[in-house]
Amino acid sequence: MGILHLTRAVYLALRAHGQQTYPNECCGVLLGRSTAAGWKVEAVVPAGNTRTDSAHNRYQISPLELVKIERDARRQGLGIAGFYHSHPDHPARWSTTDLAEAHWLGCSYVITAVAKGQATVTNSFLLAGVNEEDKRFEPETILVDGEQAKDLSS
Amino acid sequence: MTIFIPTPLRPYAAGHDAIDVDAATVAQALEALTGSHPDLRKHLFTPEGKVRAFVNLYLNDEDVRYLPAKEATAVSTADTLSIIPSIAGGD
Repeated sequence: MGILHLTRAVYLALRAHGQQTYPNECCGVLLGRSTAAGWKVEAVVPAGNTRTDSAHNRYQISPLELVKIERDARRQGLGIAGFYHSHPDHPARWSTTDLAEAHWLGCSYVITAVAKGQATVTNSFLLAGVNEEDKRFEPETILVDGEQAKDLSS
Repeated sequence: MTIFIPTPLRPYAAGHDAIDVDAATVAQALEALTGSHPDLRKHLFTPEGKVRAFVNLYLNDEDVRYLPAKEATAVSTADTLSIIPSIAGGD
């Protein structure tokens, strides 16, 4: 199983974002550095959810916003390691919609379940595969400052 | 002009995050890019040669789909072309 390295600040920020936007989905970008041990995420950038027609169960990041986030990241020497979003009152596992609309192969997709406004479980899935035809999500272990994430939810 | 390569496509672009090409239009820039890095072609284009629906192309801050001349839009050496796959989903 792969490992996604987050700082504590990143971990807490992406979970807090899910609580802020509840009962709608939040979304954002994970910025970091690619290392031999996997992506090390150093910063999180909250993004707007353009799916205002169905924000409680869908998310989409404006491509232009993503262009600007990527541009700013490049100036800092960082790259896009992946993305995060929340599942309000729904488990922290990927959905068929998540897979169908995932196109960043090799990147991490972090999902936080938010139950009644409180962030509960956060999971990460690597979008594995070499093309659209064989892409798949593989679960990853989340390490927060080197520790398993499950004890760091407060 | 400079073409910015997104994270998932860098393995098919010799690891580069940006590549400079000589081109007069967006289409020529893409042709130059895939000419020097042929493995990128199947990730950017359908078998029919159209840009894949989930691949967004931004000339500076403009979505190429909505430019009057689309991929025939003229470019200069100072321009940047960002390749940005879409990001969406939901439960």
